[in-house]
Amino acid sequence: MKNILKSTLAILSVLVAFTSCNNSGKSGKSGALASNIAEKVYVAPGEHDEFYAFISGGYSGNLTVYGLPSGRMFKEIPVFSQFPTSGYGYSEETKPMLNTSHGFIPWGDSHHPDISQTAGEIDGRFIFINENNTPRIAKIDLKTFETTEIIEVPNSAGNHSSSFVTENTEYVVAGTRFSVPIPQRDMPIKDYKGNFQGALSFISVAPETGNMAIKFQVLMPGFNYDLSHPGRGKSHGWFFFTTYNTEEASTLLEVNASQNDKDFIAAINWKKIEEYVNNGGGTMMPADYAHNVYDEHTHTATSTMKKEVRVVNPIDVPGAVYFLPTPKSPHGCDVDPSGEYIVGNGKLSANLTVHSFTKMLDAIENKKFDGEAYGIPILNFEDVLAGSVEQPGLGPLHTEFDGKGNAYTTFFISSEVVKWKLGTWEVIDRQPTFYSVGHLTIPGGNSGKPQGKYMFAMNKITKDRYLPTGPELEHSAQLYDISGDKMELLLDFPTHGEPHYAAAMRADLIKERSQKIYNLQDNKHPYAAFTDDDTKVVRKGNEVHIYMTTIRSHFSPDNIEGIKIGDKVYFHVTNLEQDFDVPHGFAVLGQNTSELLIMPGQTKSSVWEPTKVGVWPFYCTDFCSALHQEMQGYIRVSPANSNTPLKWSMGEDIE
Amino acid sequence: MKTIKQLFFLFAFVALICSCKNETKEDSTTSTVIATENESTERTGQAFIKDDESKPTVLSIAIGSKDHTTLVAAVQAAQLENALVNAGPLMVFAPTNEAFAALPEGTVENLLKPENKDALANILKYHVTPGNYSKDFLKKFKKLGQANNGYVKVEVVDGEPLIGGAKILGSIKAGNGIVHVIDKVLLPPTE
Repeated sequence: MKNILKSTLAILSVLVAFTSCNNSGKSGKSGALASNIAEKVYVAPGEHDEFYAFISGGYSGNLTVYGLPSGRMFKEIPVFSQFPTSGYGYSEETKPMLNTSHGFIPWGDSHHPDISQTAGEIDGRFIFINENNTPRIAKIDLKTFETTEIIEVPNSAGNHSSSFVTENTEYVVAGTRFSVPIPQRDMPIKDYKGNFQGALSFISVAPETGNMAIKFQVLMPGFNYDLSHPGRGKSHGWFFFTTYNTEEASTLLEVNASQNDKDFIAAINWKKIEEYVNNGGGTMMPADYAHNVYDEHTHTATSTMKKEVRVVNPIDVPGAVYFLPTPKSPHGCDVDPSGEYIVGNGKLSANLTVHSFTKMLDAIENKKFDGEAYGIPILNFEDVLAGSVEQPGLGPLHTEFDGKGNAYTTFFISSEVVKWKLGTWEVIDRQPTFYSVGHLTIPGGNSGKPQGKYMFAMNKITKDRYLPTGPELEHSAQLYDISGDKMELLLDFPTHGEPHYAAAMRADLIKERSQKIYNLQDNKHPYAAFTDDDTKVVRKGNEVHIYMTTIRSHFSPDNIEGIKIGDKVYFHVTNLEQDFDVPHGFAVLGQNTSELLIMPGQTKSSVWEPTKVGVWPFYCTDFCSALHQEMQGYIRVSPANSNTPLKWSMGEDIE
Repeated sequence: MKTIKQLFFLFAFVALICSCKNETKEDSTTSTVIATENESTERTGQAFIKDDESKPTVLSIAIGSKDHTTLVAAVQAAQLENALVNAGPLMVFAPTNEAFAALPEGTVENLLKPENKDALANILKYHVTPGNYSKDFLKKFKKLGQANNGYVKVEVVDGEPLIGGAKILGSIKAGNGIVHVIDKVLLPPTE
């Protein structure tokens, strides 16, 4: 009996032990929840992300390509800065891309990428991005992920309210942050007020090629034009720009540009101005600006200096330009997918101001004006106001939309994203960001059809988010699931440079069109070599041109003699490969420039001015094949007065 | 045989104890995790980063001052810590304990009640300007735009700036702005 009791007790306790183990397994609920979040961002090895995100590289001058939801970086596309990784801005073919009216500029400050649209929807053909410092707009072809065009913007300074596209990509628009003398001239800074002007540039985009040309510039009063967005749907044909420093101060703006309770959102009816210009309106004024175009057949960029630009005085086009009073130095200027609401975020205000496009039209029609500024009518604040979101946070900056009637606004000072409802202006949810958020992005953001699902916040300050890397840290971004009522933080990932804004979209459209190689038959580069017979070395005075090919795993020619000190040696390297993802690299010892990375079917050129006598090796910098280490050659440099004959070979000795 | 049985019993018993112990341990870990999760919405952020190298923020200056315990308690009650360590720049007008004590009796106690969190936050934000100006420089202003969206008047009396009628008793430069110690609590004008 006693034994039975004992064994029952024993069995029972074993059972309890097991059950309790089960219990304890169950009690790890938070772990299960956490893994749920992990699953939402997990992209299994070999699988693809659902979205592309093109994140501005800020002061890197470039544009980075990420996948969402994984937060993995796929590529850094060189745009406004030299990029030794590929030789962009170093190779002879790409140096002209960085040419400006101020000469060659090796660096830029990229800000706001925006993807081309058709009928108000993101079409994934091109992405545009602005350079803030020496005003330029670049176009990147999303077939090759290469920068194919850069146009300088004259009369502009601090190209910040850029580069947003209209709903059929009729224009990519570039507004000036700093007003300047137009034309530029030597004058006292204190005479700013009333004399400086702000140029808003409408750059037309050719429907087929995407080629850019400045159609016209509207010369506005000397305010700071901070950010902008196009009207869409019902407001298509209009463009909206936030302004600050309507005080027109030239010094200590943090005090002097905060005197007015309200600045303005400038509403520009570009269709009206376009019509005026098409009928010969506006005047051509002298201006110097570079237009750089990359030809994918010659694999070469050319830089053309333009000499004049068409300017329009807004007063000359009645009914084309109005000011909407907006509290306290508004920064972000965002238009909801329907085109009805224009959100102005006063960065020193605690409230968000939302204007109504319908009310704006009504106020214009019924002349509900509250004075004028430099002849431009100021609409009555109360008559254009749709509503305001009261004290949702501190330091509002930018707003994006999910297409379901909700808006998401970032708050710099209180470090958060606040979700609120259009029309009722009620706050629905708030989530902290880490830390001090600037822009945010929802895929399809600047369009009539946002693609929802995710939102990511790009922060200015990282501090303790990652393993420390000394005083300088990459900026952090946080990805949120916005498919439910509440936002859910999913992932934290580092970004490169300063991610001002980002454009994102579903991956499918771009993915299908992405190019794998350059067709060798289409290569029209003047120094291309297609077979061993084409390879040669040609001397023209002290210039030596080497027509060279690469194929796994050798250069042709790979032995070169007859180069002399004082020569300028051009290596024109054609990659004969026609196989996806088999680039070859080229570098020669002592080269005062970067390597070249040559894609299959491409030709790139590097200049070398040898300063030392000797026999110098060159090699392939990209681990191209099993025999990559064999992919090398020698070039002999003789004294200036030597008479070593110019000879080359591959596979045999130079006799 | 009996010994084996006893051993088995002992083993089972130990297993029970251990498993129970495990269970309790699990539970306590879980509850800690949950606690941290709850906290994460309120008690994480820049204000809670350990950093002994950087110049103190306006928040850490207030926390370190024995004359500002009421202000710090109020900031904590309103959960504004993270806003005060932001890159700013932030100019905080910090009323002393004495200034708070000069308010009508019961005012502070009332504001510290959880149901008055918003009213308290509004008052505290009325003490913060996005900016960073020295006492002398403040004389250039007629008014300052405060973080609660209101304006506070600036006057110059006897060569000294008065901020909403309050005198600046001292100023301390911070890593993310400046703290001006003032002798009065600033009350936002009622709408």
